[in-house]
Amino acid sequence: MLAIKFLIPEIFLSISIFSLLMIGVFIKNSFEIIYRLSLFVIILIILIILSGDSESIKIFSESFTIDRFSLYSKILILISTFFVLLMSKKYIVDIKNNKFEYPIIILLSILGMFIMVSSNDLILFYMGLELQSLALYILASIDRDNIKSSEAGVKYFVLSALSSGLLLYGCSLIYGFTGSTNFEEIANSKDFNVGTIFGMVFILVGLAFKVSAVPFHMWTPDVYQGSPTSVTSFFSVVPKAAGIAIFIKFMYLPFRDVLNQWQYILVFMSIASMILGAVAAIGQTNIKRLMAYSSIGHIGYAIAGIAAGTENGFKSTLIYISIYIVMNIGAFACILLMKRDGKYVEEIEELSGVSKNHPMMSFGLLIILFSLAGIPPLAGFFAKFYIFMAVIESEMYTLAIIGLVTTVLSAFYYIRIIKIMYFDEPKKPFEKFVDYKIHGPIVLSCVLLVSFFIYPSILNEIVSNISIF
Amino acid sequence: MEYAILFLPLVGAIFGYLAKYFGDLTSQLLTTFLVCVSAILSIVLFYNGIFHGTYGNYLIYQWIASGNFVVNWSINIDPLSSIMLVVVSVVSALVHIYSIGYMNHDPNKPRFMSYLSLFTFSMLVLVVSDNFLQLFFGWEGVGLCSYLLIGFWYKKDSANNAAIKAFIVNRVGDFGFAIGIFLIFMFFGTLNYNEVFQLVPEFSQEKINFLGFNSNLITLICLFLFVGAMGKSAQFFLHTWLPDAMEGPTPVSALIHAATMVTAGVFLVVRCSPIFEYSQVALNFVAIIGMLTAFFAASVAIVQNDIKRIIAYSTCSQLGYMFFAAGVGAYHVAIFHLFTHAFFKALLFLGSGSVIHSLNDEQDIRNMGGIWKQMPFTWIAMIVGTLALTGFPFLSGYYSKDAIIEFAYLKGTNIGYFAASIGIITALLTAIYSWRLILKTFHGKFNNEHLSKSEIHESGMVIIFPLAILILGSIFAGFLFKDFLIGHHYVDFWKDSILILQAFNHSHIPMWLLYTTPILVTLAIPLSYSLYIKNDKLLERIKIKNELVYKFLLNKWYFDELYNSIFVKPVKAIGSFFWKSGDIKTIDRFGPDGISKIVKIISKKATKFQTGYIYDYAFVMLIGLSLLLTIFIFYK
Repeated sequence: MLAIKFLIPEIFLSISIFSLLMIGVFIKNSFEIIYRLSLFVIILIILIILSGDSESIKIFSESFTIDRFSLYSKILILISTFFVLLMSKKYIVDIKNNKFEYPIIILLSILGMFIMVSSNDLILFYMGLELQSLALYILASIDRDNIKSSEAGVKYFVLSALSSGLLLYGCSLIYGFTGSTNFEEIANSKDFNVGTIFGMVFILVGLAFKVSAVPFHMWTPDVYQGSPTSVTSFFSVVPKAAGIAIFIKFMYLPFRDVLNQWQYILVFMSIASMILGAVAAIGQTNIKRLMAYSSIGHIGYAIAGIAAGTENGFKSTLIYISIYIVMNIGAFACILLMKRDGKYVEEIEELSGVSKNHPMMSFGLLIILFSLAGIPPLAGFFAKFYIFMAVIESEMYTLAIIGLVTTVLSAFYYIRIIKIMYFDEPKKPFEKFVDYKIHGPIVLSCVLLVSFFIYPSILNEIVSNISIF
Repeated sequence: MEYAILFLPLVGAIFGYLAKYFGDLTSQLLTTFLVCVSAILSIVLFYNGIFHGTYGNYLIYQWIASGNFVVNWSINIDPLSSIMLVVVSVVSALVHIYSIGYMNHDPNKPRFMSYLSLFTFSMLVLVVSDNFLQLFFGWEGVGLCSYLLIGFWYKKDSANNAAIKAFIVNRVGDFGFAIGIFLIFMFFGTLNYNEVFQLVPEFSQEKINFLGFNSNLITLICLFLFVGAMGKSAQFFLHTWLPDAMEGPTPVSALIHAATMVTAGVFLVVRCSPIFEYSQVALNFVAIIGMLTAFFAASVAIVQNDIKRIIAYSTCSQLGYMFFAAGVGAYHVAIFHLFTHAFFKALLFLGSGSVIHSLNDEQDIRNMGGIWKQMPFTWIAMIVGTLALTGFPFLSGYYSKDAIIEFAYLKGTNIGYFAASIGIITALLTAIYSWRLILKTFHGKFNNEHLSKSEIHESGMVIIFPLAILILGSIFAGFLFKDFLIGHHYVDFWKDSILILQAFNHSHIPMWLLYTTPILVTLAIPLSYSLYIKNDKLLERIKIKNELVYKFLLNKWYFDELYNSIFVKPVKAIGSFFWKSGDIKTIDRFGPDGISKIVKIISKKATKFQTGYIYDYAFVMLIGLSLLLTIFIFYK
């Protein structure tokens, strides 16, 4: 029964969700209070996790792992959720979406992710994944009077169901051929025959769908554009972190001995994602759609780190995704400031000449975009640097070269936005308001990105303590 | 004191420019004051050197220390560098003063003064160096400043072109100079003068294989060093930049392109006399190039019409004198001529600047004439300068130029005799073109159509004062210093800063030689007067009869045209070939432009791919799945 104590974060989260739901049901217009309580719950869970010990332990017949890796992922998920929730409040209220369910659903999806990143068993993994996905479907269509939002929700639901089906099929293949659902035991079953490998490919497809890697990315632009911006910012950050975490876990735990089998597939997905992310984004006019392609490209780099197949490889991916989260939170906070005449605008053209009227905001966005493009000495440069280091250490030069070329290509569309902001004719200014909930994350993000180069090894040191095995 | 001499101009250059925030005058006064202090200190240093022998080497700091190879930034004061210090800093100080008056209409005065001071600093670094590397630093520094100052009026196309031309031609010379330094480093393992000079005798018979030729190492080093000197000192083949450099403001012409920078080549040869003395081939080469230049430039100067260009060619010609003096081994005479030349050539330039200034930037001598009454002081200054230049008895040029001819004769070799006769002929030509300039400018009819004679007036005190000092210098510099520099006991002055292996025998100079030059020079005055003032019809007839020769001279021996067709046009053709077909049509087309086009097309395709229909998306996913499975089966 002592095992329970390792589950305190999850249990606390579940109980909070139920209680919040009760509060929401019984108190009218309870968005405000639920929103605050949710933020409070998130902070509490962070504290609980930080105060607990970080020994690795497997509980419940070794189906649930608690180790530094899962704790790091959980903290990443919690912090990013906290900031996304923080900055999206004004937007939610403005589009009259301030229903008390909103924060609760987000908490629910976090619970799913918690289970997912801690799982050491195919069934538990699938449960966590579905819990997360169900919450995400609802989130995508939460602005249900808006036809685009509904469309996004439906698309995401249908395609996700398809991928879940493929994933489940893969799980059953693996269980059929290895006779176990436990990751360790799968890894230890020496004879990896074709059936198992096929199962692995199917699971890879499901995972690739969740992190929107090419060619399973098709839902991303539509869902990003259709969903309310607050939801998009959540989509672009939190599920990505969780998805990459479980991706790493799958590759390095059950399938660690068939590295040479999955490496090709990952290299392919990585290259395809980097190229598509860079090329397709050039033609975009909607900034949310552009961020969708941008995130596809970034996932390509993250997968390149995994594909390196070394310890440095997945660690560089963890660093990459952490910095990516910081950049994306900042970028979406800026997008949430694009409000004119009581309406939120999303076209890139609306940013034209914005530096004249909003110098601080455009400077912040400038830093974030430069960092996204990977220009030194900003943090985005180091993120890419570690990835390429790991890739080159594994002697995968083609991947490194293609990665560098696509970095140049993608720099084009980031810098194009900067050009529009700074050199085009100014338009009518955006609504001016000061909301620390939005400006705070921008400032924080910029400060982190700019000051990262002073002491880059701080993240390295944290990550270097993590191991999966 | 030594440090102050060197660094005050640098301080002036930096703070003089910054001082523009306190007004132009602050900047002008600051730079001028600092350079004047530097000049006074160098005179004191020179005096102490002559009478108390206070020479020495003052370390600034160690620049490179790598194993046995050590190069310092240092101030090396010896007779040679102390006399150069005087020349450079005094002329520079006078030019600074003069510029205050001359540039009074220019909007960029602080920049100009700052460049001048920076130039002075670079030149001082060059002359006080005790190694080839610091020398090269100063060498390039003065080259840069020369470029900046020629192109000072950068809005004028001709000024820009002239600046670029000067820079590029100098690059040819510097390339040779650099190879010379490389050779020294390669075989001697050091760049410090003392160590190199001590090693030279050991290597005097050393042969090396260079470009397939088996040649003497010392000769090779000398020739390459001399190529550098040729570039900087505008010697034959590399002289084309100097006349064009007159596009710069006149004080610049006086300072850089007459008195100081262009003499750096002479300085280099003299400084390296311990090397040159071991290679007769190189010395002969120096002498021949010097003679050629002296004669060529003087012949061209006779027919030129731009007042500054005439003086520029004259400079070129006088530098030729210095080089053939060095070429026959009379290094001390070369430096003596350098010393006197600095005064009278600066005087001529500044005087002509005064004329140009008064005539509203008119430079063509055909548009001048008869203005001596309006500008009496400038007129006197120019007359004195001309007399000194032509070597009129008892003025400074007389002592130095005649000494060159004498020493060339005393050498006793064929080259020496030849050099002496070229020297005499050139002296006559010099006298003719110089008097032509004076007569056309100050005498005869007033020919300017844009300006009435009454508007012309003498320049102000700031312009007159430097002229006055230079007049004194032009008159007395030769007489006062001839005993120290080239007298019987010249070794007492020069000590070991120059090396002359074969001493000259003074005993048998024929009397006729001593008198030829002064007589010719004196006769040239009435000759010029009759040609250019009295019988200008006769001159026209001579012109028409010898039209080919006239054209040949007027077009400067067609050097510019020759270089244009040999170097500039082919290089331009090759360049534009690589640019148009190489870069634009190949690299750009298939490189950046091509890729960006492809990216654009793909981007459009990729965007179209995103149809928005779920069944398409699902289809793509399934295709992707099959693709992955195929990849996997393929690589299994």
